[in-house]
Amino acid sequence: MRKTLFVTLLVCATIVVPIAARAQSSTQPKVIEITAKRFAFSPDNLTLKKGEPVVLRLTTADVTHGFFSREIKVDELIEPGKPVQVTVTPQKAGTFTVICHHFCGAGHGNMKMTVTVVE
Amino acid sequence: MRFTGLTLGLGTLYTVVPGLHSPALARAFGERMKEANGEAVKPFTFLQLSDSHVGFNGPPDPLGTAAFERAVEVVNGLPKRPDFVLFTGDLTHDSEDKDQHAQRMQRFSEIAGRMKVDKIYCVPGEHDAGVDGGQLFREHFGETHYSFDRNGVHFIALDNVTLPKPQVGPAQLEWLKQDLARFPKTAPIVVFTHRPLFDLRPDWEWFTSDGDDVMNLLAPYEHVTVLYGHIHRDDEHTEGHIKHYAARSLIFAFPDPEKVNGVKKPIPFDKDHPFQNLGIRTVSMADGELTVKEVELTLREYSGVNGIQQLARPVNL
Repeated sequence: MRKTLFVTLLVCATIVVPIAARAQSSTQPKVIEITAKRFAFSPDNLTLKKGEPVVLRLTTADVTHGFFSREIKVDELIEPGKPVQVTVTPQKAGTFTVICHHFCGAGHGNMKMTVTVVE
Repeated sequence: MRFTGLTLGLGTLYTVVPGLHSPALARAFGERMKEANGEAVKPFTFLQLSDSHVGFNGPPDPLGTAAFERAVEVVNGLPKRPDFVLFTGDLTHDSEDKDQHAQRMQRFSEIAGRMKVDKIYCVPGEHDAGVDGGQLFREHFGETHYSFDRNGVHFIALDNVTLPKPQVGPAQLEWLKQDLARFPKTAPIVVFTHRPLFDLRPDWEWFTSDGDDVMNLLAPYEHVTVLYGHIHRDDEHTEGHIKHYAARSLIFAFPDPEKVNGVKKPIPFDKDHPFQNLGIRTVSMADGELTVKEVELTLREYSGVNGIQQLARPVNL
């Protein structure tokens, strides 16, 4: 009787645990890689969904850069060799500009990317 | 405190007088300020110059330091010599070659040194201090934030460009808090800095990350004026009871951000109007009315010629 119970639990566990894991992984925010390099971001445009969290993984290919937008609520420094992960949940639909706000050289003033947030 | 500005296009001349609209009110105000602050505001004038970008050469302004040098001539031609000059950042254009940047700072000092004024107070812009965190600026011009008193007015130089992010930062905020603590709430205060301390246009980098923290510290004080540069155009903005004035640059102008959607681009240089957007603007307050008069600074009335030829003629104001 005890052995039967153990086998039953084992079978349940082998079925339920992977399903639960799959369910959990489907709710994990999508990770988007963004690379900063003087004087551009790659990619230089993103489309996000309002209310849907995403993880932005920020790296630099050369010097320190910034990553800033009031509307998207990001305010990060990206230093060489130190990738930054930031979770963003856009609250407002529209087209917004993310800028580099760490002075990175002569073309710094035009270093930006466009983020489009759709409903 | 009455604060009137005469924008020369090549800088702004401010006159600080302890009055409002009549000599009687002026006397009463002066007495009240003296009683509250220990020192009455004495009439004096000063200039604000900004954004000369010494070392910048090429479009949209092919004239390099011409406007800056012209500004020096205009200042020296003023009928009344200003008491001092505030320079609100981007004295030089950045260079990753330290020696070249140092030469640009020396060139700035050489041109600015021709001004017949007793003292020039500077704060850095990101083009002066962004590459090295202000090291070279300090070597040439001294500390990046400080304060001083002049004729009953307290002046505060704030640095919002030398940290990795465009901010004043916790240490300087604490210094500001201590600096303000010794003054009564009635003290006249002038803050000068490079970037706007409010969100003028963040996607054009026209903001300071912790500008709100600065303004919260200043808010209890009744007579505060903020002067800044960075945006290469004149602008007047009021938040609460505090007024913010931006100075035009000495190199090229940016357009009105409210009329541009998207990318920030300088206004193209026009050789037939080399001083376009570098006009004279007089602002005066009398009998409760604000009068603004815009006069384009073509200089033709002084030089007798139009266009780029004006630059070859001496100014005689």
